[in-house]
Amino acid sequence: MEPSGRAHRVAPVSALELARWQFGITTLYHFIFVPVTIGLAICVAFFQTRWYRTGDEHWLRSTRFWGKLLLISFALGVATGIVQEFQFGMNWSNYSRFVGDIFGAPLAMEGLAAFFVESTFLGLWIFGWGRLSKKAHLTCAWLVAASTALSAYFILAANSWMQHPVGYKMADGKAELTNIASVLFNNTALYAFAHTILAALLTAGMILIAVSAWNLRKGRETEVFGGAMRLALPLVTLAAIVTVIVGHFNGILMTEQQPMKMAAADAVFETQDGAGLSLFATGDFKSNPEGLNRNIEIPNLLAWISTGYPNGEIEGINNINAEYQKKYGPGNYTPIVAVAYWTWRAMIGCAMLMFLLAAWGWWLSHKGKLRDSKWFLKLAVPAVALPFVASATGWLFTEMGRQPWVVFGLLKTDVANSPSVDAAQVWITLVGFTLLYGVLAAIAGRVFVKTVKKGPVEAGEAEEPGQELALTY
Amino acid sequence: MDEYTFLQVLWFILISILWLGYFVLEGFDFGVGMLLRAVGKTDDEKRAVMHSIGPIWDGNEVWLLVAGGATFAAFPQWYATLFSGFYLALFLILVGLIVRNVSFEFWGKAETEQGRRRWEWAMILGSALPALLWGVGWANIVHGVPIDAQYEYTGTLFTLLNPYAILGGLATLTIFLAHGAIFLEMRTEGAIRQRAQALATRLVAPAAVLGIAFLVWTVLAHDGGVDVASAIVAAFAVVALLAAVPTVKEAPARAFAATTGAILFFFIALFIDLFPHTMVSSTDAAFSMTLNQSASSSYTLTVMTVVAVLLVPVVLAYQAWTYWVFRRRVSAEDFGEVRSPLDLLDKEKREGGGGEPEPAGPGS
Repeated sequence: MEPSGRAHRVAPVSALELARWQFGITTLYHFIFVPVTIGLAICVAFFQTRWYRTGDEHWLRSTRFWGKLLLISFALGVATGIVQEFQFGMNWSNYSRFVGDIFGAPLAMEGLAAFFVESTFLGLWIFGWGRLSKKAHLTCAWLVAASTALSAYFILAANSWMQHPVGYKMADGKAELTNIASVLFNNTALYAFAHTILAALLTAGMILIAVSAWNLRKGRETEVFGGAMRLALPLVTLAAIVTVIVGHFNGILMTEQQPMKMAAADAVFETQDGAGLSLFATGDFKSNPEGLNRNIEIPNLLAWISTGYPNGEIEGINNINAEYQKKYGPGNYTPIVAVAYWTWRAMIGCAMLMFLLAAWGWWLSHKGKLRDSKWFLKLAVPAVALPFVASATGWLFTEMGRQPWVVFGLLKTDVANSPSVDAAQVWITLVGFTLLYGVLAAIAGRVFVKTVKKGPVEAGEAEEPGQELALTY
Repeated sequence: MDEYTFLQVLWFILISILWLGYFVLEGFDFGVGMLLRAVGKTDDEKRAVMHSIGPIWDGNEVWLLVAGGATFAAFPQWYATLFSGFYLALFLILVGLIVRNVSFEFWGKAETEQGRRRWEWAMILGSALPALLWGVGWANIVHGVPIDAQYEYTGTLFTLLNPYAILGGLATLTIFLAHGAIFLEMRTEGAIRQRAQALATRLVAPAAVLGIAFLVWTVLAHDGGVDVASAIVAAFAVVALLAAVPTVKEAPARAFAATTGAILFFFIALFIDLFPHTMVSSTDAAFSMTLNQSASSSYTLTVMTVVAVLLVPVVLAYQAWTYWVFRRRVSAEDFGEVRSPLDLLDKEKREGGGGEPEPAGPGS
């Protein structure tokens, strides 16, 4: 790990730095499972609805098969979600004291409005086969899907307040809530929610495509996997297009609310009109334009993405930094530019690749050639990594691009951690959690692959005890 | 400045209720988890034991998440001091909960005998660790821990492991064990039921002894003399613990009501003892945090009250409904051959279709 390497040369790693690593690792790990769960829950509910409406057996088998994959993801998501909620108090007590009046409310609402529904109706769905009426059972599936999405809304409202604080006043050196509606309907939150749900659909769609492609190439279960393809290819194609449109408006909003993040995303150091979008850059991201070579540039595109006008003005990092020094006092207000630059590109690049792949597949399927296209079926399997890379880099961009702030304009990260927790303690939990996450990921991955290889169960054939859905809990 | 306002007291009560719900519900989950290998001897029996809490344990655990979230929202200073102060203890609890959560999922997916044994121990230890440490934690909150003028905890993990708190931990551990054994006795059939009954009979007495010892110590050690209200509730807890002893063999439902009552009164006594504080400082009484010093603004508390009033009754209604849906006893026979809903569909077809499928038994 990077900080430990530095530690030997300079000074012991601070508790702050370790707490940041821990937050990053826990959050990125948790967010592997979040989009899978949200997206697959919707797909599974869709398959079950098809079964309910048509009575076709292959829809029931699809429901059961994808349901198993959903539950593996759900179990891991829930387990890491508890750490997510507790770590604010554990590692970031000063942050918790500062924002508790505002930040705690959506978190508590998430529990009351979403987690209870999610866990209860998931239990009913898993164990309710044959015990509930078909209609009640289907309702459970949709309640699970809706509540996972709702929980994302609340936590994104909380996160968006850190990006763009609204509905508050300062009192006794702490932020105090003055308007809950502003927090819950923060425009930042609405965009973040749309973006996240689309990402979840992309993730689930890519899993459907990859697993189906692998099976179709072997000619297995063409009804079940052909059905999944017919849903997933248009889903990913359209979701990718809508994501780009939402992302565009999101970019304009971000330029307004957090101009530094957007400037860092394109390594624009000096303010310019009609800036072009650079596809890649080499050299030194730390210093001024002289050190950095922006290699291929598409004229005016950045200005358009960020402002909505091809000749719009992009404020440069140096200009914004000077402005912030006047406003917030001396200091460096620049995030790590290289991180912002590359994560933003990785995210968008992945989205484009997903779009191309799905559009190609959709076209093949339209022509009736999907099952004969070896290349598509082969490429679709490793392409399942794309949505995960996109999610991880997207979060890295949005969280690291906000630095040095933890709450933009109000609280800096370096004073937000817990004063009573020293580096040794954070080391223990950092190593402990990371090892645990690693072991669980390895096991879950193996179980996931095993479940995929086994495929959907034939009607009339008893499921192996080890494979039964009921004991996934 | 007053020590508290109406809304702050209301939220102190609501958060207490969330913890109470958590301990009553997850209490038997922990007990069942710890007794997995003692009650279930074959894989079918173990499967039945897990099934007794299968559909409900996750919903039960959400009580903890909401208690944590509500504390953050209503008493952020309490949340910050407690969670950063009890850092390593909470870490151990989280590890326990994570390991236990995934053990349900992975036990059924394990390919080998050895793999299943490993997940059984994961479930046992992952249940025992939080069952013990929640008692240790709450004993310390009530009894007081070193806290400085900035409301920062100044002790270590070992400060928390004092004799009083360890007694509290052993009390919750044994009470949850007995609670879980009685739950299994109530919810299962056949050999597992007999084993659960035998274990429950043996566990109730030590649970009562440890619980009573801890409560007596709590009442006597209260700073500034005995807290009468807390002592009265503690007496109820003692009565409930004693009431569980003779009923455990013949009337498990009554015994379960008794352990449920015991857990409720046990923790209500602690919450009353703690009131009007959220954290007690053993360094200096002046550094103890009152409700007022820990709470959010009255606006935030009002918002949260509206949300709670709207949602809590709904949550209680559908959680109760789940228990009703899964009221049937489980037995190892249900797990000889695991059936899937596809069987039902097949059966439905053979019989000419129509109607809803028959219950498949808990196996599917």
